[in-house]
Amino acid sequence: MDWKVLLEQAPSGGMTYLGWLWSGLFWTLAVSVCAWVIAFTVGSVVGVLRTTPLRIPRALATAYVELFRNIPLLVQMFLWYFVMPEVVPREWGDWLKQDMPNLLVLPFAAQFSLWEFTAAVLCLGLYTASRVAEQVRSGIQSLPRGQTGAGLAMGFTLPQVYRHVTLPMAYRIIIPPMTSEFLTIFKNSSTALTIGVLELTAQSRQISEYTFKTFEAFTAATLIYIAITMTVILLMRSLEKRVAVPGYIAQGSGH
Amino acid sequence: MTDFDWGVIWKYREALWDGMLTSLKLFAIALAGGIFFGTLLAMARLSHWKAVSAPAAGFVNLIRAIPFIMAIFWFYFLTPMIVSKFTGQQGEAVGPFTSAVVAFIMVESAYYSEIVRAGIQSIPRGQPSAAYALGMNYWQSMGHVVLPQAFRNMLPVMLTQAVILFQDTSLVYVVALKDFLGAASKAGQLTGRIVELYLFVAVVFLVICLAASWGVKRLQASLAVTR
Repeated sequence: MDWKVLLEQAPSGGMTYLGWLWSGLFWTLAVSVCAWVIAFTVGSVVGVLRTTPLRIPRALATAYVELFRNIPLLVQMFLWYFVMPEVVPREWGDWLKQDMPNLLVLPFAAQFSLWEFTAAVLCLGLYTASRVAEQVRSGIQSLPRGQTGAGLAMGFTLPQVYRHVTLPMAYRIIIPPMTSEFLTIFKNSSTALTIGVLELTAQSRQISEYTFKTFEAFTAATLIYIAITMTVILLMRSLEKRVAVPGYIAQGSGH
Repeated sequence: MTDFDWGVIWKYREALWDGMLTSLKLFAIALAGGIFFGTLLAMARLSHWKAVSAPAAGFVNLIRAIPFIMAIFWFYFLTPMIVSKFTGQQGEAVGPFTSAVVAFIMVESAYYSEIVRAGIQSIPRGQPSAAYALGMNYWQSMGHVVLPQAFRNMLPVMLTQAVILFQDTSLVYVVALKDFLGAASKAGQLTGRIVELYLFVAVVFLVICLAASWGVKRLQASLAVTR
């Protein structure tokens, strides 16, 4: 074991190998958080549509879920990154591939373009949206039917029922599965390394290639992944307790 | 908009088919190994002996906390090292496919152990107690009473996980193994026709996985009726 290797000066970026790992962590978190915003918004809309009585939106939402769930994430990554620029009008494609700014300038130096980052975020976000949609749908469907009926009987419109009755309950119920979905996006962000995003896994592999200290490099990355996972789980547990409706959802049920 | 040349798929049909066979082989071995070791892991986790349950829980939680790709890298690195330590041979003794297989079995056994654990816990406690009262030992009660019922309960979940596993086989791309996606990628580099090839890969996966998920749903419905 030679842990001191992580403190040696790395050949690029003007930082140590540990600095590479931090930079990788930064991009892992950046991709995950941006993708989560997409996954949460799109997933909520799609999930709600699947529970509405409107037939065509419901069919479209189902098609969305089936399409994104049944193609491997890695293949989707390649579709966004390699195929998209080729099937849009040529000027757009060239702009995506060549004129997107390089991300070298940011504080955490890394050599890949904004297009690689964007493709990774879009891919992960829209893929995870299909999974979030299923959680939102099952959360809404787990509520007693009478709640929607009571809302409508009170004179609420259907959007008002969702806004004030069903969704506030459904979102509380699905906090544990949504936590797993966030952790999934966080772990899946490592697929972005295939299109050149230098996230945490990519950086640890790069360190192993430069220094041949594979064990140390992988262990360091693994520990960082575990630390983030535990942090997210603890945060979400406290959120779950804070928003629990007394008497409705088991207090601090965890996972 | 580039004009498409779908002929490229026909031209590389043999390479693509070989890739698909590699994917299927990896899938089959990982599925069998994952369920087998996953079941053992689940039984270990439910053991009363801390010395058995704690390492099993540690392994499962560790694997589930890191990305699949990170786990592939880990076992890709560790397998040749461990094998050469035991056999005294150099690293060449283990090929890339074997390392990938080991990685997939390890990761899938962690995922499957969670499914099997839930399945075992869904069986009423009276069942194993009754088995013990009849004079069965632990393995007999597991093998003849608990597991057959548990597997029946968890069959749909296990099949859904199998569909996910089939999609995940594409991740061996990261260790440059020529699976279906890898073969398409290689053909794409040779011909510059990545658009056609990647779209083809996506459609093939979509058709297979949609058909499989549909089958699982039907099975689930028929099980729900007979229960």
